[in-house]
Amino acid sequence: MLKRYPLLFALLFLGYAFLYLPIFSLIIYSFNESRLVTVWGGFSTKWYGELINNGPLLDAAWLSIKIAALNASIAVVLGTLAALTLVRLRGIRGHKSLGVMVTAPLVMPEIIIGLSLLLLFVAMEDLIGWPAGRGQTTILLAHVTFSMAYVTVIVQSRLAHMDTSIEEAALDLGARPVKVFFAITLPMIAPALAAGWLLAFTLSMDDLVIASFVSGPGSTTLPMVVYSSVRLGVSPQINALATIIIAVVSTAVLIAGVTMYRKELKAQRKS
Amino acid sequence: MNGWLLQLNNRIRALLPGKGLIVGAPWFWLALFFVLPFLFVLKISLAEPQLAQPPYQDWIREIEDGLITIKLNFGNYAMLWEDELYRDALWGSFEIAAISTFFCLLIGYPMAYAIALAPTHWRMPLLMLVILPFWTSFLIRVYAWIGILKNNGLLNHFLMSIGLIDQPLEILHTPTAVYIGVVYSYLPFLVLPLYATLVRLDNTLLEAAADLGARPWKQFLTITLPQSVPGILAGSMLVFIPVMGEFVIPDLLGGPDTLMIGKLMWTEFFSNKDWPLASALASVLLVVLIIPFVLMRHYEQKAAEELK
Repeated sequence: MLKRYPLLFALLFLGYAFLYLPIFSLIIYSFNESRLVTVWGGFSTKWYGELINNGPLLDAAWLSIKIAALNASIAVVLGTLAALTLVRLRGIRGHKSLGVMVTAPLVMPEIIIGLSLLLLFVAMEDLIGWPAGRGQTTILLAHVTFSMAYVTVIVQSRLAHMDTSIEEAALDLGARPVKVFFAITLPMIAPALAAGWLLAFTLSMDDLVIASFVSGPGSTTLPMVVYSSVRLGVSPQINALATIIIAVVSTAVLIAGVTMYRKELKAQRKS
Repeated sequence: MNGWLLQLNNRIRALLPGKGLIVGAPWFWLALFFVLPFLFVLKISLAEPQLAQPPYQDWIREIEDGLITIKLNFGNYAMLWEDELYRDALWGSFEIAAISTFFCLLIGYPMAYAIALAPTHWRMPLLMLVILPFWTSFLIRVYAWIGILKNNGLLNHFLMSIGLIDQPLEILHTPTAVYIGVVYSYLPFLVLPLYATLVRLDNTLLEAAADLGARPWKQFLTITLPQSVPGILAGSMLVFIPVMGEFVIPDLLGGPDTLMIGKLMWTEFFSNKDWPLASALASVLLVVLIIPFVLMRHYEQKAAEELK
């Protein structure tokens, strides 16, 4: 293949270079003694030391992790239910409208989602007194709303390509649909649920725009801290933070990817 | 629909009191937190700003018991129409979104095609390499370009050290930087749907063309490209629509002359505290985006049907 389409694979390679060079530059300069990007002042881990002692940033990171974990868990449940509806319950009332409502958050500009949710929360507080003020709860509600759309896409594609013969057999043998779901369907879509959870987690950890609209005093998330620091220019501490995030994310994605890849290879060999 | 699927449907419907829950829970969540909020945006866009908390005056007010006045304020929309700033921003957003989508296609199509043509066991890892940057923080990836593009940044340093230029190029805080940032951030969104379309194309036509002596370029232009049009259009909208409302990239990489509607909305909301005007801007953007959204749904379904 490489020999048949040399130009195409050269372009692919250039594409990867474009995607990864900025990331590598971030990592390299997080170990730079000098504050300047163009001067290499020697290898140093001092920016990591400063990062660990940056109290406000660590508080914000902890808050973001809590919201992200809770968000991912709720989004996986709602997203799976939505995917089940879209793949398995065709023709049921609300099927079509759910399809539209679940696609729209994927492309809707964040700035519109943020503003509209803020106005909703203000009106709700006025009418029923909940949610009282803005803070962690409102950020969580907002994040679940757009993360569940991503989870739905992932679980939906898994459900649609799933071999249904085992479910069919269990149903023929008289197992109740609820039992079939928990004993067969759920384990079979588990990799998609894990991928969905991870994606929902990172989406929440990463959101600046929506959180800025719906957060209140005392609920500053990590991206908000990063943003206010980045606006002032390049800061090696942010490079250090970026390197940590990249390391954690690529490890998680690699482990998940390799596990799924091996499973698939095994399944292919068996069949 | 398969027989067993119908059977499953019927059984679920008969046995589960929770079948309503399966549809109901996500449906009501999205209706409450995604659709309903738009009505509030429309409502507040017709309100009058005031110095209070919240900073707008509700246009439905109860003066005395049971006596309700309604005072609509169309001034915000009139202002959007009359003030050139807002029209320029809408046009600026459109221009940046359209041109970046084109460049995403130019870079993303060969990538997706190469991955689709690669041996089966290579495809997963190659695809993972495209997705991986998408998982790391968006904000931080945009930030990385500041260090590269600024006057004393990596790119200028490199170009000057190889003697290509003597004066640093001014890229950061110009539209060019915004284009680079947008194409960079949204590239994976286009590669994935394009790959999904290309990998499932029918190869028998290609083989027939090759047997009849068509050159690879001709094969591509007459067979592969036309077949992938629905995928191209659906994927393009996946980039175009969110970029229309982009805020972070024009804010961090753009300059004062980069007018985009998302950045303007942010300023009206956070700096000027003019919630009604920000809502009017959001409403206009929402209406503008309905057309590409409908197109996207249409071509997504068309692409899915062709694959069957």
